[in-house]
Amino acid sequence: MCSISVSQVSFGWSISVNLVWREMLENEANPYLSKTTRLPRKRFYRARAHSNPLSDSHFPVPVAPSQVDYSLHYPQLFPSSDQDDGSQKIKFADIGCGFGGLLISLSTLFPETLMIGMELRDKVTEYVKERILALRVANPGQYQNISVARTNSMKYIPNYFEKGQLSKMFFLFPDPHFKEKNHRRRVISMHLLDEYAYALEVGGIIYTITDVEELGEWMKACLEDHPMFEALTEEDLEADPVAKLLGSATEEGQKVARNGGQTFQTVYRRIMPNI
Amino acid sequence: MDETTMEEGDHSRDTEVAPALVAVHPTQRSVAVAVGSDLRVFDLQGGCSVSLVDDSGGRPHNDSIRAICYGAKGKLFVSAGDDKLVKIWNTDPWSCIYTVSSEKRVSAVAISNDALFVCFADKFGVVWAVDLDGFHENQVLVNKKAVPILAHYCSIITSLEFSPDGQFIVSADRDFKIRVTMFPKKPLDGAHEIQSFCLGLYPALPLSAFQIIPQGFLVSGSGDSTVRLWDITSGSLLDTCEVGAEAGLLQSNGGEEECYPAVTDLCATPDGSLVAVAIQSLSGIMLLSCNLSAKTLSIVKVVTIMEEAFIPTSLGISSAAELLWIVTDSVGYDPIVLEDNEVPGGVQLLEKLQGSVSIQKEVFLAAAETVKSAMRSLLIKKQYSVEKREFRKKGRNDRKIKQ
Ligand SMILES: C[S@@+](CC[C@H](N)C(=O)[O-])C[C@H]1O[C@@H](n2cnc3c(N)ncnc32)[C@H](O)[C@@H]1O
Repeated sequence: MCSISVSQVSFGWSISVNLVWREMLENEANPYLSKTTRLPRKRFYRARAHSNPLSDSHFPVPVAPSQVDYSLHYPQLFPSSDQDDGSQKIKFADIGCGFGGLLISLSTLFPETLMIGMELRDKVTEYVKERILALRVANPGQYQNISVARTNSMKYIPNYFEKGQLSKMFFLFPDPHFKEKNHRRRVISMHLLDEYAYALEVGGIIYTITDVEELGEWMKACLEDHPMFEALTEEDLEADPVAKLLGSATEEGQKVARNGGQTFQTVYRRIMPNI
Repeated sequence: MDETTMEEGDHSRDTEVAPALVAVHPTQRSVAVAVGSDLRVFDLQGGCSVSLVDDSGGRPHNDSIRAICYGAKGKLFVSAGDDKLVKIWNTDPWSCIYTVSSEKRVSAVAISNDALFVCFADKFGVVWAVDLDGFHENQVLVNKKAVPILAHYCSIITSLEFSPDGQFIVSADRDFKIRVTMFPKKPLDGAHEIQSFCLGLYPALPLSAFQIIPQGFLVSGSGDSTVRLWDITSGSLLDTCEVGAEAGLLQSNGGEEECYPAVTDLCATPDGSLVAVAIQSLSGIMLLSCNLSAKTLSIVKVVTIMEEAFIPTSLGISSAAELLWIVTDSVGYDPIVLEDNEVPGGVQLLEKLQGSVSIQKEVFLAAAETVKSAMRSLLIKKQYSVEKREFRKKGRNDRKIKQ
């Protein structure tokens, strides 16, 4: 039986995962695969529910956005790293992407757009990698535009994206960090919004949703107070195909919906500051 | 870095000596040295030491001073450190006009070029601004609260500086990040607009010092024994000078591996053409020439200083750039050396700044060792062994496994 030994592999993962994956597909009785869907089973990748974003982990970090190797993330679109002339860049980032449901929905909705999920938990990231690779195998030519990176988004966003590179950022069901003294661990804060405003192009959109009312109010207040963001109007939201997906595309959203929970959604646009 | 690490780091540093610091008045009217919690100022024009008056009603410094600086015009001076006090001084005549209490220990300070704001950074990576409105009428300031204006995510900010044109405030953290932020007209509303990040230092290499030089350039020195030249508007790295390697300073780090010593401080002449660099274990300083049109850095000269165990910790140059000021240790022996031997103020100055000239050599050597280890732990990011990390994790309650 083959084992999944990819967690130690850093940047060379796509190749080794491919091998492991092929091996797994050949093995009918592979316990890591669901018999019906042939997709990796989530329970084998279960990990801690929350990570502490303040702890320093040891994972590779690109020195600068120009050093992000697109050929590893999108091998079909960038067959080798020297062919990457830098003309096509990642435009959507799903921060704390969890099991990757949003990326998968967006992949076919925006087939020409490069997207990346950023996830702190190692096992969860591995799961998303496997999931994307399986989809690529099962649907030739599709799902080539999505990928995932294991990183701490609170520290390394500027290492992945240049100024004004992104057109959409997603923060779906982020960890609530209830205690006052832990508020600084929240992924949305006045200070971190400065970095998101830096990575987003003018007109770019930041999407947030939560089932925790207090966190919903917090995220809204931060965005409202920040001089580089303004709320989308009702009409804008109506016309936005992505806004409709926020509550249903991700695993967390589906869980909340199953339990009949309420959600609080806040969508803002990056604007030029009026200073 | 997580909270436990931070608090522990703070704690273990209690027993360490802060490196001595030097700052020179822009027109060389005075020079200030901080040694531990002691701030000493020498009036270079009057040729006498300055007795520091404190009218601010605040406490005096009672723990290590970590940052000192003069304002661009030299009218103001700020000192701050581990006692969480930010003391704002008038330099003519010298008196403390205001003491701000910080919630956390302070690691860096800067004064805006128009002298209207004092900014300081705390141990949690937050930069605060204090509005000095009123000071210029020579009133004693009242009720000035510090307001957070920007933050690095939980990394200690090692230096903070304004660009010469006042357009940007630049902050560097101990991880690797140099952030260039537009300094807004109303800073108390926050400095949200990031101009650039100077990236290119591998995240594990700590940055020790930087200085902004004219025409939008910045020079930085780091733990990997390099000095780098950056364009601050775009954040791009223009040149890297491997100072340790070029000067052949290979040293053992106690383990099997050999490495090049960290850059501990640097300072550039106001026109940016010459950069003085202090390097751990280099008995002296290195001078680099910075060619701003070719955008290159090159070593001009290594000035060796034949004092035994001479380890510079801090450098300063006045705007006139006639003299380079070097502070070597934190106990008070041999605190400064000048480029040439003409020390303005002569013996008296030395006496004042040194505290006492005749400290025994053994004491000095011991002190040098302490400084060395203080510098080392300040500059070298803590690397925990795997077991230690695991152990540390176990001791924490925010990591309970939930399934
Ligand atoms: C509650 S889950 C939501 C996941 C997903 N967005 C969804 O809606 O299903 C929050 C995720 O954010 C991740 N996360 C937390 N802090 C992070 C950080 N600093 N950088 C990257 N990911 C982070 C967690 O590991 C977790 O998977």
